[in-house]
Amino acid sequence: MGLADLLAGVIFVALNAYAVLGGADFGGGVWDLLALGPRRERQRELIAEAIGPVWEANHVWLILAIVLLFTCFPPAFARLGTLLHIPLSLVLIGVVLRGSAFTFWRYGADEEQRHWGVVFAIASLITPFLLGTTAGTIASGALGEAGGATLKDSLTVEGDGFYRIYVAPWLNPFPLSVGLFALITFAFLAAVYLTLEAHERELQEDFRRRALAAGVGLFLAAVMALLFSLNGAPRVRDGLIFAAWALPLHLLTAAAAVTALAALWVRRWRVARVAAVTQVSLILWGWALSQYPYILPPDLSIAGAAAPPATLRLVLGALALGAVVLLPSLYYLLRVFKSSVRAT
Amino acid sequence: MPDLLAARSQMAVSLAFHIVFAVIGIAMPLMMVLAERRWQMTGHAIYLDLAQRWAKGTAILFAVGAVSGTVLSFELGLLWPRFMEFAGPIIGMPFSLEGFAFFTEAIFLGIYLYGWDRISSRAHLWAGVAVAVSGTASGVFVVIANAWMNAPTGFDLVNGQAVNVDPIAAMANAAVVSQTLHMTLAAYAATGFAVAGIHAFLLLKDPANAFHRRALEIALLVGAPAAVLQPLSGDLSARHIAVHQPVKLAAAEALFRTQPGAPLTLIGWPDVALRETRFAIEIPYGLSLLAFHDPHAVVQGLDAVPPPEWPNVPAVYVSFRVMVAVGTYLALVALWASWLAWRRADLAHNRWLLRAIALATPMGFVALEAGWMVTELGRQPWVIYGVLKTRDAVTPMPGLVVPFVTFTLLYCFLGVIVVWLLYRHIIRSPAVPEWRGFYMPGSGKRETGNETS
Repeated sequence: MGLADLLAGVIFVALNAYAVLGGADFGGGVWDLLALGPRRERQRELIAEAIGPVWEANHVWLILAIVLLFTCFPPAFARLGTLLHIPLSLVLIGVVLRGSAFTFWRYGADEEQRHWGVVFAIASLITPFLLGTTAGTIASGALGEAGGATLKDSLTVEGDGFYRIYVAPWLNPFPLSVGLFALITFAFLAAVYLTLEAHERELQEDFRRRALAAGVGLFLAAVMALLFSLNGAPRVRDGLIFAAWALPLHLLTAAAAVTALAALWVRRWRVARVAAVTQVSLILWGWALSQYPYILPPDLSIAGAAAPPATLRLVLGALALGAVVLLPSLYYLLRVFKSSVRAT
Repeated sequence: MPDLLAARSQMAVSLAFHIVFAVIGIAMPLMMVLAERRWQMTGHAIYLDLAQRWAKGTAILFAVGAVSGTVLSFELGLLWPRFMEFAGPIIGMPFSLEGFAFFTEAIFLGIYLYGWDRISSRAHLWAGVAVAVSGTASGVFVVIANAWMNAPTGFDLVNGQAVNVDPIAAMANAAVVSQTLHMTLAAYAATGFAVAGIHAFLLLKDPANAFHRRALEIALLVGAPAAVLQPLSGDLSARHIAVHQPVKLAAAEALFRTQPGAPLTLIGWPDVALRETRFAIEIPYGLSLLAFHDPHAVVQGLDAVPPPEWPNVPAVYVSFRVMVAVGTYLALVALWASWLAWRRADLAHNRWLLRAIALATPMGFVALEAGWMVTELGRQPWVIYGVLKTRDAVTPMPGLVVPFVTFTLLYCFLGVIVVWLLYRHIIRSPAVPEWRGFYMPGSGKRETGNETS
């Protein structure tokens, strides 16, 4: 384990935090869109209440991951930005619309609030789907030197060359199935969290049913992604099936998944939350392990993409310093707003 | 539209849009904290209302600033992958620190906005202070990275590769002090005068309105000192670029010929083909005096580098004049207001001052955008001055006009909505009749009934 591995790990921790915190905010948008039944307005209010105080902070995990990526692994960032220009631009449009719509929704006039709610909800569908697709494209190994070497060609090759370089890598069954998987994962997390956020029995039950449904959907999407990985992502497939750590990891993930669903079934919300977070984190780390030591498989390794050691050491120092400020602040934020023993 | 031009335009639109929100995110929290502090000291609800309105304003603008900042952090890779591949290890450090400052700002803004009745009033005020401090810090860190693009250091260039990378030396580059100071002051001056201007305008229509009066005071408290200090910091910047980026200064002044005792052109039109400034009104020795504090100093002209390495001279020249003219206006208005305040005169009833302040509403932002055009256009054709050309940094992806048009439309749409929301939540007069006479000499004489509700 070198310095570069450590920093790659830190970036992945930030992505993990973004998935379980920011991802749930996306999931909230999904349930806003799917608000149904006699309590639909109360469901929407609960979602807005839960997201409101924390969602800006949750969003910053993504920025932190991006900044660390271009500081510590600049060739990987350059390649991602070049080859995934189209899906990442669409992600950005989603991020912009979602972030501003949420704010406009909160501060807008009553009569147009629903419009913003719809923009917010639709952006909440598209953005995680495309983020998942991006992750799937990376995992599939389509962003290799083959793509990089032909970058120059794209200036001369019209039509077909453009599609082959800038579209084909991500417009594929495996990346798209990962997109769907990400979307359902975020919806599942959001529903699990909302069972805890809700103060009324009926709302808790609403989100319990949604969490259970999403949990089953999550399983189906995982199976689908795994099937597509057989042809679409050989490295992931080999890692997830044949590596020495694969079986224990699968067992742990399965245990977490079953615990989450069982806890939802018997209405142990707190246990369900811990288990769901564990489950999602294990899935993410399974992906990370399966493509280690590559940051962009099949050819760009963590060590090969790493910035000079002087930079890495300083960033690590800055991270330590930042953590000293950040972690207590974050704890304070979550304690004030997410404490279960609230002063009503 | 050529791809390079489209990429530059998209970056320019994204930055021009983001900068407005970033700047308000730096200065508005300070106003909100000052208002809350006054509320805690005086107990008058008018200050609480102000603090809460400015907090809402901060929330709306911060949200838009956060997403437009996210766009920028991605666009560095989407549009300029080769720049980032080269510069990432060298200037990633200030971006990482900015990430932390931004994170802290987001956390404490959440606490501030939603914590009014959840934490003690003392803790609440400190949360606001944390927002103001971390907002300023994140702006400073980003400008440090930009300063490095103007004065690259902290690495050795060997065969086009950066070796011996020293991120600390890169952060301590020659442009850092002048640029961060100039930008931070600009943030306070522009925001302070924008808010003061709006309330001055409303006071002209409704002179007895105590709400606008208090808002005006706090906004001037933030904007006026910065506006007065800004010309001094500008002098520091001019002297810096005279030494370190002489081409930028030569373009800003349209100085085509290297000469001792260079004159300062007040107005005129630079004719690049003829290499002279037509219709020029000049102050003899002025430029040498300003740039080097010596009337006979030699100032390097554009002739020192071949024309392909010139920036767009008329654009830089005009932007520079706009920035200086507007900055001077703001400084003079600030001095006038300070003089009246020092004499304990009633600012809110001086209609000429109110008119001057109302006129200043958009001016700080005009100067801010013009200043960024000077520094960014003035660096062209380089993205990293003397090291990497902009055209060599752009992505090979074709068809860049499509994202340019898409993001431009998106930002236009957002801009309209934000302005409308700010009007609803911050600017519109509150309908609390008894506030009208707060601390007003002769209150009650001009009661004109309720305002809009």
